Amino acid sequence: MKRSLYLFAAAVLFAGGPALAQNTITIGFTASQTGALNNDSTAQMRGIELWKDHVNAKGGIKAGGKSYQVKLVSYDDESQNTRVQQLYTRLITQDNAQFLISPYSSGLVATAAVISEQYGKVMITTGGALEKTYKLGNKHLFQLYSGSTQYLAGALKALMQKDPKPSIAFVYENDPFSKAVTIAAREQAKKAGVTVAVDESYAGSTTDFSPVINKVISAKATALFGGGHYADGATLARQLHEQKAGLKWVTLLVAPDSPKFAELGDAANGISVPSQWEPQVTFKPDFGPTPAAFAKEFTDKFKIAPAYHAAGGYAAGLILQHAIEQANSIDPEKVTEVLNKMDVTTFFGHTKFSDDPKSHGLQVGHEMVLAQWQKKNGKLVKEIVWPDAAKTANVIY
Amino acid sequence: MFGILASVIDGILVGAVYGLAAMGLTLIWGVMNVINLAHGAIIVIGMFLLYIIVYSLGLHPYVAIPAMIVFGFLFGIVLYWIAVHRVIGQAELMSLLSTFAVNMVLIGLGTAVWSTSPYNVPVSMPSISLHGYTFTGTHITAAIMAVVIAGLLYVLLYHTRIGKAVRAVANNREAAELTGIPTTQVLAMAFGLGVALAGVSGTLIATLFPFTVLSGDAYQLKSFVVTVLGGLGNPAGALLGGVALGLIEGLATPFMPVSWIPVVEFGLFVFCLIAFPRGIFSFTKA
Repeated sequence: MKRSLYLFAAAVLFAGGPALAQNTITIGFTASQTGALNNDSTAQMRGIELWKDHVNAKGGIKAGGKSYQVKLVSYDDESQNTRVQQLYTRLITQDNAQFLISPYSSGLVATAAVISEQYGKVMITTGGALEKTYKLGNKHLFQLYSGSTQYLAGALKALMQKDPKPSIAFVYENDPFSKAVTIAAREQAKKAGVTVAVDESYAGSTTDFSPVINKVISAKATALFGGGHYADGATLARQLHEQKAGLKWVTLLVAPDSPKFAELGDAANGISVPSQWEPQVTFKPDFGPTPAAFAKEFTDKFKIAPAYHAAGGYAAGLILQHAIEQANSIDPEKVTEVLNKMDVTTFFGHTKFSDDPKSHGLQVGHEMVLAQWQKKNGKLVKEIVWPDAAKTANVIY
Repeated sequence: MFGILASVIDGILVGAVYGLAAMGLTLIWGVMNVINLAHGAIIVIGMFLLYIIVYSLGLHPYVAIPAMIVFGFLFGIVLYWIAVHRVIGQAELMSLLSTFAVNMVLIGLGTAVWSTSPYNVPVSMPSISLHGYTFTGTHITAAIMAVVIAGLLYVLLYHTRIGKAVRAVANNREAAELTGIPTTQVLAMAFGLGVALAGVSGTLIATLFPFTVLSGDAYQLKSFVVTVLGGLGNPAGALLGGVALGLIEGLATPFMPVSWIPVVEFGLFVFCLIAFPRGIFSFTKA
């Protein structure tokens, strides 16, 4: 009796083993767990992990009459392009990732896109706003973020509502993303007849901004647009405050969106940031969690409030899941077809990809907001100040 | 016009701290012919010591300065026995590899403990404002401390028996040994001093700017430039070299895009190597 029981158990395991393996879907990505991009990339990775937990708890991704449990395979890309190149190749050829999510930051996304496209893998990009990457004839690449030219457009409009004739200093990191964003804003400013007082780019490793800030003071600028990523942006904000640069308006990219930015104390007060998403937005999702539900579950799990990088990570998984379920197949070409036609609203906002062959996969549906750190009852909080339809507080000028 | 003067003053203030960082490197290089590639990682230790002193122990930020001098000296002596002692006198590549390995270990440990996220220690000091330009109290304090520490090192090296022994070992180790100087202990002590100086400069830098585990690289590179400007083994030269570097950065910025500054700095580095191989401010004879 005992022996036959063992045999039965072995038979079940034998028969069940391969079937279980087939019902797993492998999604690969890299995250910058170390290096300069660590802060925002970690948030993005946490977003992806939370999505995986949710989807697996609800029985997995459903397609073709099967339920697929999500298996994430990820590596630390050390914030380096060369590692991204090696690791995405590894994800595809050795880990057999069926779908991919991008690394964080435009530079790394551009590198990963070369590999994903070479192997015909569908990759949802998050944290990759630079538009150039989507204008190279890629067929399986889909951008979740609003493009880089959108970043400072809102800040410029909001500033000009307060001061129609500002004198703006552009001080930005010399990486592809920050340059593309700031150059687009500079052109928009020039068209609007705004004075460009300073136009300076700096290396991401810059630690002392005193000389640049002296230039900004000498040029009598009233506003500053720029920054780059977390480390340099936080340093720039701190030194602007310490050197009393006399600016009425400061909009920095990326860094002020992180909850960690509040550690700067008074130096953070009044600094605004173009944001892909904020926990206070009120989008009504077609599927998936509401913005409030996402923010709560993220905070419960990681003990830190989510910013847009975290939301982007979750949304990348959610959009991929929706595409697979709509295609009712895990065949990459069928999933691509669905993504090409996708026009949905999630907690992250509107998502629609360009199907023009010249800019395939470029995000054309999503809109950004402008957030600003404001001191309320002695505590720093991030409020949405633009557009008017979404604002939660008036802008401090 | 005052803008240029403001940039020059800022340059001199931050240059003094570069000088202090380079003093640690130049002392070790000059005394034992070892290029300490763990220099950047040691600067980072100084930065995080400030963080621990302020946030874990709740003490005043400047308590970290004497704490780092003591800790850095002891840590340097331990490091000397572990990684440097056995490779002294061998091919220079050996000490280069050995200290590079120490650098990797320290950075790896630091990454495991603190990740590579930026840390910020706000230090509030009264600042001075002139014509709309502000010179922060932390910059002024850091520069004064750098000059005082450099002065103390100078006194130690040139007006004490220990300093005489260090200089004797630097000039000719065998001859120093014959006169009864315990050269190994002197070398260990010199290494400890070098590490303490690098650490203290890191602590001072951390009072000025946010930092990460990887911040040391930038200051290590600057230290190399300063060392070449100031000459090997000469603390006064290193301080002058640091101030000169800060001055160049300050003076060049109003006239060119800041992204060109590293080109100027390293162009100068190469020029000095060719034209003044013993350093512009080196007072020692060949």
